[in-house]
Amino acid sequence: MAKRIDVSGLTAYYGSHKAIEDISMTVEPRSVTAFIGPSGCGKSTFLRTLNRMHEVTSGGRVEGKVLLDDEDLYGQGIDPVSVRREVGMVFQRPNPFPTMSIFDNVAAGLRLNGSYKKSELTDIVEKSLKGANLWNEVKDRLNKPGSGLSGGQQQRLCIARAIAVEPKVLLMDEPCSALDPISTLAIEDLIGELKERFTIVIVTHNMQQAARVSDRTAFFNLAAVGQPGKLIEIDETERIFSNPSVQATEDYISGRFG
Amino acid sequence: MDTQIKDAPPPSPQPTVAEQKRAARGATRPGDRIFLGLSRGSGILLLVIMAAIAVFLTYRASIAISKDEANFFTAFEWNTQLIPPKFGIAVLAFGTIVSSIIAMALAVPIAVAIALFLTHYAPRRLRGPIAYVIDLLAAVPSIVYGLWGALILVPHMNGLYGWLDDYFGWTGIFSWQQGAPRSMLTVGILLAIMILPIITNVSREVFRQVPQMHEEAALALGATRWEVIRMAVIPFGRSGVISASMLGLGRALGETMAVATVLSPSFDIQASLLDPGGGTFAQNIASKFGEASELGRDALIASGLVLFVITLLVNGAARMIIARRKEYSGANA
Amino acid sequence: MSTAATVSTLKGARLPKWSPYAIAAGSVALGVGISFAADLHSSIQWALIAGLLFVLGTYGIAARVEGRRQAKDRVATSLVWVAFLLAVVPLVSLVWSTVARGVKVLDFYFLTHSMGLVSDDEPGGGIYHAILGSLEQVALATLIAAPIGVLTAIYLVEYGRGRLAKAVTFFVDVMTGIPSIVAGLFILSIMLMFDMEPFGFAGSLALAILMMPVVVRSTEEMLKLVPNELREASLALGIPKWRTILKVVIPTSIGGITTGIMLAVARIAGETAPVLLLVWGNSLINANPFEGAQQSLPLYIYQQYANSAGAGAAYDRAWAASLTLIAFVMILNLVARGIARWKAPKTGR
Repeated sequence: MAKRIDVSGLTAYYGSHKAIEDISMTVEPRSVTAFIGPSGCGKSTFLRTLNRMHEVTSGGRVEGKVLLDDEDLYGQGIDPVSVRREVGMVFQRPNPFPTMSIFDNVAAGLRLNGSYKKSELTDIVEKSLKGANLWNEVKDRLNKPGSGLSGGQQQRLCIARAIAVEPKVLLMDEPCSALDPISTLAIEDLIGELKERFTIVIVTHNMQQAARVSDRTAFFNLAAVGQPGKLIEIDETERIFSNPSVQATEDYISGRFG
Repeated sequence: MDTQIKDAPPPSPQPTVAEQKRAARGATRPGDRIFLGLSRGSGILLLVIMAAIAVFLTYRASIAISKDEANFFTAFEWNTQLIPPKFGIAVLAFGTIVSSIIAMALAVPIAVAIALFLTHYAPRRLRGPIAYVIDLLAAVPSIVYGLWGALILVPHMNGLYGWLDDYFGWTGIFSWQQGAPRSMLTVGILLAIMILPIITNVSREVFRQVPQMHEEAALALGATRWEVIRMAVIPFGRSGVISASMLGLGRALGETMAVATVLSPSFDIQASLLDPGGGTFAQNIASKFGEASELGRDALIASGLVLFVITLLVNGAARMIIARRKEYSGANA
Repeated sequence: MSTAATVSTLKGARLPKWSPYAIAAGSVALGVGISFAADLHSSIQWALIAGLLFVLGTYGIAARVEGRRQAKDRVATSLVWVAFLLAVVPLVSLVWSTVARGVKVLDFYFLTHSMGLVSDDEPGGGIYHAILGSLEQVALATLIAAPIGVLTAIYLVEYGRGRLAKAVTFFVDVMTGIPSIVAGLFILSIMLMFDMEPFGFAGSLALAILMMPVVVRSTEEMLKLVPNELREASLALGIPKWRTILKVVIPTSIGGITTGIMLAVARIAGETAPVLLLVWGNSLINANPFEGAQQSLPLYIYQQYANSAGAGAAYDRAWAASLTLIAFVMILNLVARGIARWKAPKTGR
């Protein structure tokens, strides 16, 4: 089910400002790839180009190719709506729909994509909540609003909502930055389980987190403020953290800047 | 507050915390006392005015109603010169409600659509200017709408009226006896045009406050633009739109000049919305006032009191919805 | 749904970019055609038919080519556009007809003469007396309402705690919703009590009642924008509270307060109903707002329309007066917004 991502020569703009320049990389299916780098280096922007969320912001546009199993997301006749259905996303701050119950939140994506019987819906919601390690905590209050949960639970609810539609790829934009350490640990464990089924790309500010959860790590950097962000290197996580091939990566990881 | 005081550079005569607190209450110095007195007095004056409005209107209304030989709430006539005088507000209440319902039915969906247009559909560089123009339109005086309605809109309604009569005449409420289209439907349409800017403005504000993250959540699930609006924007903005509509309704209920210029009034109830006749509280006051005797004026004041109470209820409901919405969104922050 | 993975799941059949325009053009053409064939004369009908065809056409074509979800999305888009255009038409017509018809008799003579010796159905005359009356009534109303409104807002923001403040807040809201004719009736009931004849200042009182809550609300908003740190810094310097308010809080927000007052002035300048009840109208110049009937601009428009039995000259005067009134209100609005932008507190968030 999980798909491979092949990016080549990708440049993204906000209006006339070039945010990232000429990025190429491959993300293997059923693996976790972490993006690290200093603030403003364009790692979140790059993540958002992978499901065409970048073009939602005003003036956002993209050059280059993003192949999802050999199909270009930016090719002719591609529907961004279908792209986002295949490439799910979890955001920095937990964002369950405040007016919907826990059940409806998880079912929200399914209801968009056609008609399910009530029993089917119930099954998928249960499966997704179990997949997000949230089922035991919420099974007795599925009809309560999702906004009543704790921050960590809300974030897992968002993950359940994202995996309910069975995407091929799951993008996570600093999913733990608004959470306490225990909730963070829960999410990290969950990421380890989810990679059995999905291709996962995660942006993180926390280098220990990258080291803990990812198989491969990509380091992004920018020459100066206002300059476009670039991919410095991508490699096995172990190598990046022990013996990176570029000096800037080593400097960043050892805390010499950023 | 205390930390702020500690952080501030030490003034030469350092005030104690107790002095600070007294100063904050504004009771120590004559200047403070006078200033507090003036501002509190203004607030109290406002309350006194509100009370005075209620008291005076009720007093004059009671004079009128005590002389009324008909039932003030159910009588279908307005004859204050008769001996004994007979008058009642049934026709006015009916007309006011009907015209306002038409206005709301037309204005609310269109206003919500325009608000969505301005927040989600219009090309970005047009959004600001269009919103600005709508702001200005909200400031156009109602008498100008009235003049336009009477001289431009009314002649244009003939075609629409004939059409409605042809196809929906059988319903009764859309039958037309070829009279001038100065009827409740035209009044309702004009009122809708008048309250459109205010409902649009408030709804637009509400829609703009929908957190970006909720819309992105819907987008990331693979929602089309319309689905984003249905999942994230409308549920979040619903109560705001309701209160915006109530504010518009308050305007429509009390609108005087636009109705007075467009409607061709009569003191009975028309079965059809297309036939001229009927009246509203405010229109009736404006039209009857010129020739009214003293009792006639008191009777008009009595009808104004009813209008006052109705608008108070509507506005009160709108405010309560807004207040509840604040608590609700606070709990979610 | 996605099990047929061999076929592309990302591609959906899409209508070309120009299709909404094509459908729009087609519906307009068809709408006009139908209207001609059915011999419909009203442009309102043409527009309604074209709009309906556009929405239905969009749904039909999109549903066939792109599927139901996309079709719904396109219908929503087309409905929103149609609603916007539907609303624009009357509003443009209003502005256009006021300007086009208003300029006919609007000249220096019109602005500087009254209606003395000119009967309602013959040409000539002007609005000098109405402008004079309006300016006096509005100025007096502002003199009453602005200080009371600003002081009340200061009370609510700087001092207001407890039950009195809550009551004031609530009744300010209630007052905002008072129909203008009710404010007029209130003053009228007082005048009946003392057997008074109509005069300009009575109208000012009613206008002041309508103006106060607007001033309170806008001033309150502005005072709340003044950061608390400023107040605390001043208090900590040992400056008494009332001087803090006068020297720190008010100057910081003066731009916004002025804007609010000007917008409120613009609003009451167009009020007709209370003036009709209390000031009565006058075709002659009466410069004394404290005695005798006066004229006002909105009332003049109404009387030219209502008392003239359809005379073209009176309608022309009504349009010209409307144009003058709109120009006055718009200029006030634009200047007010200009001030708001120019004086916006630099510390504001």
